[in-house]
Order: sequence, then C-alpha cells, then structure tokens
Amino acid sequence: MGFEKFGQVSFTSQTRAAEFVDYLEKGEVRATKCNECGRVFFPPRADCSWCMSSNVEWLEIKGQGKIDSFTKVNYAPTGFEKDVPYILTLADFDGIKVFGRMNKEISEDNVKVGMAVKVAPLTLSEGKITYEFLPA
Amino acid sequence: MGRNVCIIGGGMSLWGVRQATARDLYQEAGKACFDDVPGLSNKDVDGLLVGSAFTERSNFQTHLAPLVAEYLGIKPKNICCRVELLCASGSSGIILAYGLIKSGLADVILVTGGEKLYTPQRWEVFYSELGTGDHDFDGAQGLGLPPPFFSMVAQKHMKEYGTTEEQLSMVSVKNRRNGARNPKAQFQKEITLEDALNAPPIVRPLKLFDCCPVTDGAAAVIIASEERAREYTDKPLVYIKGTGQASVNNASANMPSMTTWEALKIASQEAYRKAGVKPSDIDVAQTHDCFTISEIIEYEDLGFCEKGEGGLFVEEGRSDFGGDVPVNTDGGLLSCGHPFGGTGIRQAIEILRQLRGDAFKQVEGARTGLTHNLSGLTAAHTVLIYGRDV
Repeated sequence: MGFEKFGQVSFTSQTRAAEFVDYLEKGEVRATKCNECGRVFFPPRADCSWCMSSNVEWLEIKGQGKIDSFTKVNYAPTGFEKDVPYILTLADFDGIKVFGRMNKEISEDNVKVGMAVKVAPLTLSEGKITYEFLPA
Repeated sequence: MGRNVCIIGGGMSLWGVRQATARDLYQEAGKACFDDVPGLSNKDVDGLLVGSAFTERSNFQTHLAPLVAEYLGIKPKNICCRVELLCASGSSGIILAYGLIKSGLADVILVTGGEKLYTPQRWEVFYSELGTGDHDFDGAQGLGLPPPFFSMVAQKHMKEYGTTEEQLSMVSVKNRRNGARNPKAQFQKEITLEDALNAPPIVRPLKLFDCCPVTDGAAAVIIASEERAREYTDKPLVYIKGTGQASVNNASANMPSMTTWEALKIASQEAYRKAGVKPSDIDVAQTHDCFTISEIIEYEDLGFCEKGEGGLFVEEGRSDFGGDVPVNTDGGLLSCGHPFGGTGIRQAIEILRQLRGDAFKQVEGARTGLTHNLSGLTAAHTVLIYGRDV
C-alpha cells in the first residue's frame, strides 16, 4: 500500500516499488540502481531487468537534467481534463530519462530543447503526490 | 523448412463510427471474407484467431474468440483464441496463423480483428488509452494519449532533418486520395494541401488531417497451407514470405531515439532476411500512418530511402502510384480509420489484392508487398512480407 498516493490519478495501490512514494514525501525523486550490474532504471523497479538481481538500491535523481523534447497538451485523457493545458516533457539526467510535466507556472515560450531542468516532488490535494520539472 | 503458407482471401466491414455491435462488425467482415473465396466455406476453417485490444473495456467482452466463432459458423479444432498487441493485434494473429500452419498444427485459419469503441461511454477510449503505455507511472500523471507523443517525434524530426509541415500534409493528401477509392474507408473524400495545412491544430505541429481517427470496424483474412489453398481458389496464390516483430523498450522515456525507430529496423531486417528480399524489392507497402510523421519515419527505417529523407520521399511522389514504392494504396489509417485489432488485417487484404491484381487501383505488376504496424508509443513494430513467389 502507499502507491495510491502517486500521480494526479492513481491506478494502483500495491507495488513492490512503493518506496518511491515514501522518497517523494521526503522531497526526493529516486530511481533504482542494480548493485550487481550497475544499471539504473526509471520508473523504478523491484528487480533488475538486465541481470535479474534483486539486490537493488534507491538512487536519487538530482542535479541538472536537459530537456530532450516537450509538447503542450491541449486535450487530456479521461480523468485529466481539468489539468489542461500542460507541458509534457522528456528530460535526460546523465542517461536517466524521466518523462513528466513541466511546472504549471512555466509558459511554453520559456521552454526550450536542451534547457537545464531539475526534477522535484509536487504535493497535490488530498494527500496525493507526484513529481515535476522546474528550470534549474 | 515447413510448408508454404498462403493468404487466400479477405474482407472488411464498413469502417467508421458505426451503429453496430462488435459481433455485428465481425460478422460483416467474416461474410465479406468468405465472399472473397467462393470455393471455401466456414466449414473448411479449422482455426480462429481474433485480434482485439479494447474488447474488455469498450466492448465489455472477454473470451471473444468463441463468440466470433459462433457468429461466423466456425467450429475451430486447432486454435481458437484472442491475440493482443494493441495496434498490431491483427498482424500478430497473421504471424501466429502462419507459424501454426507452417508447422502443421493447423491447415486453414481465419484471422480476424477489430474494435467497437466509444462504448459503453465515449470517454472509455481515452481512459483505456492510458493503459497502453506505462499505466502506473506515466498514466498516473496523465501521459498516454498518442498525439502529444507523436508531436514530439515530429518536432524532433523537423529539427534534425528539416522535414516540413508541408511534407507532413503531403502524406495525408496522398492517403486521403487513395482512400477516396475505398468503399470501406471511414473517410472517402479527398483533401487538398491547403485543407491539410489550414486544418485545426491538435498538438503542434500536428493538425487534424495529420492524425488518424477513432474507428469501429473489423476485417478478416483466410490463411492456409499452399496445398489447401489450391483446393479453394483459382486466383494467383500469395505467399507469406517473412515476418518480424520487435520491441526494444516500452516506456517512451526509454526509447533509444525518437526519430530512428530501432525496433522497426530490427523487425524489418528480420522480415527481409526470412523473405530473402531487400527494401528495393518491395513493390507496394501498407505502413502504419497513425500520424503523418509516422509514415515519413517508416520510409526511412524500412529502408525505402536514406535516414532523414522521408519528407523528400513523399514530396517527390516516390511513395505514390508510379513512384519507387506506393505506400498505403488503400488509404491507410488516415483514410480507413484505425480499429486497432483490424488494422493489420486491413493492410494484409490490400497487399493480397495488389499482388493478386484486383486492387481498387492497381500497382502494375506488383509481386512483393509489405505490411507494417507500430503499436503503443512505438513500443513494438510488426512487419510481414508477402509475395507471388515463394
């Protein structure tokens, strides 16, 4: 349990990667890193998808990432209609790619490919939490 | 190695926003398919594969294959199940039928596929779409509808290779022109370049005619061993020559590249190798034009042109009738629509007709054809090669 707090709309409560939400609540966005082969996964996963080891640790995604691509969403999927418009962004943090939304206050004109960003937790209403990008 | 396998007939329901149930659509497609092979009856079919992605949510029907079997008067004895790979569910069914027949586990399989969308509620489609990527992480943040993702792909391709909005529009103008001849297409009306360029924006730079619609519909084909095929038809035989289906990532963040589709290159190389042909041998192709930018990248990653030249390829008419390789000769997804499980089957029917020589508009002398489906946010690619020669 616990993962039902994640996202604007949650689709699952039970996952072996639920600690992700505990870290968000502590102010950290974390990926998982395999202690056997060293590979990093985001979204996080309980076992390594490369060497199948269960010896994985939580690794904070910190520092500056770069925007790989972005787009402004005017039509949202069911359940997210009230959120539009929002800027969908793919950012690269030294090889860890993170897909998410840009901070609501940032206008499309101020977003550029290659721009430096950081990723940070975002507290939502009703005890829910997610992450978002902010200019670094 | 194994037996030769043929596609011997096919048919579609009318595609569009239909006042009909899923079973009505499968029945319409099945009848059209049997009508295409007068020498074969539903009693001759020993296997059934049904490709459908949203049947459980939008059609509220699990265990779909036995229902379709009953409605088509088929009593399968070698295989009777549903196949799911979202937009490539239908072509996945054809690959499996090919393998089963080639290995001798079945002789005559009807492969059908389709969707009934916009039910029980219209919003259901856009809710289910969230489950087509990474539901728990990306979906929970409202990331999952295809247009924003493909707009990022288009922006990157434009930036990296100088592809223009005009070139994107040229894909839809071509495919709508082809679809205007197709009596089963959702859109049977041509559009001009001006119509396409001045259409309302969906997600910049994609405009209305750059995007395929939401569609109800079904299609069906008969796959049979060569020996059995000869019993049922006097028409020229069309063989399945090679197949490939590849995935290198699921979550779109983990794509090696947005503008070079690695899984498409792998799937097509596998299909070319098994078929013993190269890209320049393909006379006609149906590729997955869910968005205009998709078709442009597909020209490149299927090897029809060099990387980055896809925009020029359509601009110079090389993907039109009379060009290097006419693409989406029946109108593609942009005209026919896209009932996910039906699309790969619809593509196979057009290739069958082109190679048999009875298409709505014929690519003269076509002997080798290709179909391609992408599925998800380009998370998997499926390629089949068909030919008049084994």
